[in-house]
Amino acid sequence: MAANENTAERQGLLVVAAPPHLFRRELTPRIMLDVLLALAPACLAGLYFFGPRAMAVVATGVASAMIAEAAVQKLMGRPVQVLDFSAAVTGLLLALNLPPTAPLWLAAVGAFFAVVIVKQLFGGLGGNFLNPALAARAFLMAAWPTQMTTWSAAGDWGLNALTGATPLAYLKRGMLHRVPHYMDLLLGWIPGTIGETCALALLVGAAYLLWRRVIDWRIPATFIGTVALLTWALGPQGPFTGDPLAHVLAGGLILGAFFMATDYVTSPVTPRGRVIFGAGCGLLTVLIRLYGGFPEGVSYSILIMNIAAPLIERYTMPRKFGEVKRAR
Amino acid sequence: MAVAIRKPLRGGIHPSEQKHLTADKPIVKPPPPTTVTIPLWQHTGACCKPLVSKGDAVRLGQKIGEAPAFVSAPVHSSVSGTVVAVEPRLDPVGRMVTAVVIEADAQDALADGISPRGTLDSLSPPDIREIIHEAGIVGLGGASFPTRVKLSPPADKPIDSYILNGCECEPYLTGDHRLMLERAADAVLGLCLLMKAAGVEKGYVAVEANKPDAVETLLPLARETGITVVVLPTRYPQGSEKHLIKAVLGREVPSGGLPMDVGTLVSNVGTAVAVADAVYRGMPLVERVVTVTGRPVREPSNLLLRLGTSFATALELAGGLTEPAGRVVMGGPMTGVAQFSLEVPVVKGTSGILVLGEDESPPLASTPCIRCGRCVESCPMRLVPLYYDACARVGNWTRARELGVIDCIECGSCAWGCPARRPLVHSIRVAKSEIRNLAARS
Repeated sequence: MAANENTAERQGLLVVAAPPHLFRRELTPRIMLDVLLALAPACLAGLYFFGPRAMAVVATGVASAMIAEAAVQKLMGRPVQVLDFSAAVTGLLLALNLPPTAPLWLAAVGAFFAVVIVKQLFGGLGGNFLNPALAARAFLMAAWPTQMTTWSAAGDWGLNALTGATPLAYLKRGMLHRVPHYMDLLLGWIPGTIGETCALALLVGAAYLLWRRVIDWRIPATFIGTVALLTWALGPQGPFTGDPLAHVLAGGLILGAFFMATDYVTSPVTPRGRVIFGAGCGLLTVLIRLYGGFPEGVSYSILIMNIAAPLIERYTMPRKFGEVKRAR
Repeated sequence: MAVAIRKPLRGGIHPSEQKHLTADKPIVKPPPPTTVTIPLWQHTGACCKPLVSKGDAVRLGQKIGEAPAFVSAPVHSSVSGTVVAVEPRLDPVGRMVTAVVIEADAQDALADGISPRGTLDSLSPPDIREIIHEAGIVGLGGASFPTRVKLSPPADKPIDSYILNGCECEPYLTGDHRLMLERAADAVLGLCLLMKAAGVEKGYVAVEANKPDAVETLLPLARETGITVVVLPTRYPQGSEKHLIKAVLGREVPSGGLPMDVGTLVSNVGTAVAVADAVYRGMPLVERVVTVTGRPVREPSNLLLRLGTSFATALELAGGLTEPAGRVVMGGPMTGVAQFSLEVPVVKGTSGILVLGEDESPPLASTPCIRCGRCVESCPMRLVPLYYDACARVGNWTRARELGVIDCIECGSCAWGCPARRPLVHSIRVAKSEIRNLAARS
């Protein structure tokens, strides 16, 4: 004992800090790796349906995001924390939101915009007020609309530009006979972005994230639930004639609801706030899909709710333990 | 009544318990140490005035510090021997406090007047309160609030329930568990004395479900005395006073309030045993059970240590260390106080001495908050720790106060699960102290 104690005192080894003195060993990089892992099935589905060229887009997105993050952190004199993998998640999500025909430079430019403009210029990890991947997608849509909406058929590894439209476009125009069967929507035999088409792969990843408790059920449940309810209620042939299942499975809803609306930084931390946030995303998505100019509205609805998140949070602070219920 | 089982608290965490290190180790009473350093301020309230000076001979149980105010508790010698110094010494809370240093003679000669004071039936409530005060008894769960003060609520706060807290929800600690096994009768007797002192009819003993043997031991005693044993789900911080009352009685202590505001008093199991000792043996509070534990400790144990025993001596009694210590903590890992010296003494609030290996508890390396919301989810007070951390970083104390930082019980659940390792409890403490300073100035 004496020897040990002397050692401790001589080397000044006793650490003094505020409690707690033990921590759960699950840090930010682990969470980001979990998200990457959860997106792996969607990547494999992208490879299966759109071939190696689509995977080159994904690799470019991830690599560009990580390089841009490391470079800008170095340049701005911030600690280089690219190995927290948050940039990798951003790059991957952006790439999965691009069409399989997208040129590689488009993925690189988008990743740069996401990481440098949307994230780092607003303070880096935890400081951005918009989802970087979605903001970059919106930027690419505005700058290169043709490249962003050139689809190819599922299973066509040659990536020939498709003359037809996405299922959501048919839904919007009321061409219901052209909407694929539910099973095709679920498995991903439809045109769309690299990562959004195979609902099944996304759901497997989502289940993993819920099981690992990386994401909370509130945002995806209320987001998808609102979309289902409203698209059913506001059907083309009068109330409750809509096709909620097609609206849920087609397009970017599953990807958006589980992987992007749940982005910690840009969604509320309060439980009630998350419910409102998810419902708001759902409402805006339906308004855009049914009455707006675009066939799809998941990205824009999440971006708009990102802006509203701080306000939602402010008005949904939990009732503290022992707090007397406010008199109205 | 027998057993009642309650719902888990909202929020909270499940840290690794690590109680197996000492849960089946009976309480051992080592011989008195050669020197004790007894601080005259071991409780919430006013520091005691020394009654002895250098060169005085003192005996075991002799009062050496007098309480100068109502909110205070006298201090007694834990050995017989000679006073070698009365001077400021470092205490385990990091303060320099006037302490009486006594060289022990190993005789353990008892002070005059240490004899049984009466029984539960013979003593009146004021008698019991006086005995508790004179014995220097404070809450032994860690808060060290003078017990007599608690037992004297204002007339407009009627009290109907008394809860004995046997949750021991802090990981590693097993002293209360052992007391419930080895001294269950005294714990229940102590509760009865406390109930009589406070004029309370309904008594409860609350135990976490991870101590079924304690429940088994307490049950027959509870049946005899009409006390209810309540089994609570194992979840940290179930033993927090406010959450205990909520779980046992369904009452929510109002923000800024005390248990007495909902007609309830809470005491720790160790406190009840000390009360029984004070009444039935006449022995003041001079020793307490300390769980000396942690991976580096050679023989983790539950020791009945004299107050004033140095941490270094306590660790020696537990066989010393097998590897260098990273942190030495008084109390449990969630709320305990990290020490920078092993010369500090065991005090009334020392429930444990926990040693953590260097790799178990490295210094905090914080990364940016990613707003994951885990701190909000795990906060049993339903607060927003991430906001207090952000407020503390920019010094926005007004905003921190508006967001309820004062209500934080500092259980550490938020910081335990923070993936960015934000120093949440630290920020909260700084915010609280700044808010108090602001209030004092205005």
